[in-house]
Amino acid sequence: MARKPKQTTPEAQDHWLVRPETIRKIWIGSIIALAVTVALELFTGTAGHFHGLDELFAFPAIFGFLSCVAMVFGAKFLGFILKRKDDYYDL
Amino acid sequence: MIFEFFPPALILLVAALLAVIARPNARTVILLLAPLLTLWAIWSLPDGVVLSTRFLGYPIEPIEVSPVRRMFATVFTIMAFAGMLFSFRTAKTAELGAAMAYAAGAVGVSFAGDLITLFIWWEMMAIFSTIVVWCGGTEASRRAGIRYAMMHILSGVLLKIGIEGVYIHTGSLEIQAMLATDLDRWLILAGILINAAAPPFSSWLPDAYPEASPTGSVFLSAFTTKTAVLALILLFPGEKVLIWVGLYMVFYGIIYALLENDARRILAYSIINQVGFMVTAVGIGSQLALNGAALHAFAHIIYKALLLMSAGVVLHRTGLRKCTDLGGLFRTMPITCICGIIGALAISSFPLTSGYTTKTMISVAAEQEHLVFVWYMLAAASAGVFLHAGIKFPWFVFFQKDSGLRPADAPWNMAAAMIFFAFLCVALGVYPQPLYAMLPTADIVPVYKPEKVLFYLQLLLFSGLAFFLLLNYMKRTLTITLDLDWIWRVAIFKAGNAVFDLCTAVRTSMEKSVLSVLRRGQEGLDELSDREGLILRATSATGLGALYVMVLLTLYIFVYYLD
Repeated sequence: MARKPKQTTPEAQDHWLVRPETIRKIWIGSIIALAVTVALELFTGTAGHFHGLDELFAFPAIFGFLSCVAMVFGAKFLGFILKRKDDYYDL
Repeated sequence: MIFEFFPPALILLVAALLAVIARPNARTVILLLAPLLTLWAIWSLPDGVVLSTRFLGYPIEPIEVSPVRRMFATVFTIMAFAGMLFSFRTAKTAELGAAMAYAAGAVGVSFAGDLITLFIWWEMMAIFSTIVVWCGGTEASRRAGIRYAMMHILSGVLLKIGIEGVYIHTGSLEIQAMLATDLDRWLILAGILINAAAPPFSSWLPDAYPEASPTGSVFLSAFTTKTAVLALILLFPGEKVLIWVGLYMVFYGIIYALLENDARRILAYSIINQVGFMVTAVGIGSQLALNGAALHAFAHIIYKALLLMSAGVVLHRTGLRKCTDLGGLFRTMPITCICGIIGALAISSFPLTSGYTTKTMISVAAEQEHLVFVWYMLAAASAGVFLHAGIKFPWFVFFQKDSGLRPADAPWNMAAAMIFFAFLCVALGVYPQPLYAMLPTADIVPVYKPEKVLFYLQLLLFSGLAFFLLLNYMKRTLTITLDLDWIWRVAIFKAGNAVFDLCTAVRTSMEKSVLSVLRRGQEGLDELSDREGLILRATSATGLGALYVMVLLTLYIFVYYLD
């Protein structure tokens, strides 16, 4: 599985997928993919149906991103109240 | 009564029995052949009531066939086959037998034409699934199994009371569409919803499933909640309360999975999340929504089992299941990792996976019924699924950091089962027509329209962006998150203990005061009966006798005049 390292620096000895330069490339590739999915909406038109917010340009992108932010912080907030050590019920 | 067919559930039940008593090689053959035989039996049944008879004087219909029932029975049986393939080399014989009988229960419920038959198979599932939980073999699984059994006994009791009420008030045991309009039907609905892991009883699922063995939780993920979904489709289509119950489940699953550290519990929470989509669809109630619920259940069983297989292999190989202990496993477990990712993409309903071709139907149904709020919530939840299961599970288990673990990849049979299901996830995403063909086609909408595909791509990819940007806020901690089961596991338990302590204290103090009164009385008597005492100055024996006679005579006179 692991490819033979060509260099001998410590980072280069790790799996190619986790080397910093690969990760940088993945980020760049992903950002391009994100931009393309938004740009393509110019050609396909909106999938909106309700004549409301859902017909805005790039609505799914914005809505998806914002709902995830809301859910992560919502969960974080609930966590403050409801989190306990994982041996809570074992005692 | 002549059998022109084999009752599918009985094939699995007999196989379960034979598997337990057979020699190892014969057992393997039985375990793998029985589901295939059952599949053949299912597809040779014609539509309509195939078998009717009497049980305890009641007319029952043990086998009634319709497209949606056949669809559920089919996926339960496919699941039984892949599950057996996954587990036959490592699981205990008891677990394999119980899992087969559990599958028989699920197939039995699928074809139940009346409420009595439904109830009997329902209870069979409760019993054998509890055994599967217990086969985890640890103290934790023993305790979780007892809590699990109590929950499902409660479900059975509510269901039973409801069924009896419906029979008394309507005289019919038919399984037919109803609404929760009176207590009887509410009880039936409550009994079914407990099995669907609906609030306030959602916690039994993430409590019990992750305590089963690596193989056991694969079986558990498939049957109980999805038979509940089928029961809802058959009994309560269009019951509006289900929309809100479903939406609660959808977000409950996401939020709790986001807070969770145990990889298998993350997947357990996401079962509730996915069942929430189906419950909402049943609540919407249009034919398209019901088809969506059934199709989504079919796809869900496959990708969820695939995800749990992937987590199961990791647990089997490393003995670990906490995100904080895992990471970087993609190096040595490529098959498990890739199959896990395919399952994760399917659960997130990525285009070209089975989740996309089925879940989109539910969202379109909400759109068609003009349920604007529900539609927005479902869209937000779709983003959340990618967040909590689609990325979180593979990321924390297979990537994240290098945990230093270098476990071997899956054994061949586990790999074969995973590849089979990964293939189905992709195949049903690329070519869903065979799946659609199982249901009345009039209410299926085309999902591969460019703007729809783009909608989901944007929604999901930007959720992915949110995940990686917010990664710092999602660091795993060694914690659990309290749930409503805290009320009966801690609050009621502590309240009970407090009442017990109070009673003990009251009893002790009463004992003390009574004893001190008695002691004082005795001291007084001792004083009196002393040689120097008031009454008994004479020799004690005669004096004592005189005292007794005197007391008795006084009592006699008292009683005499009392008349």
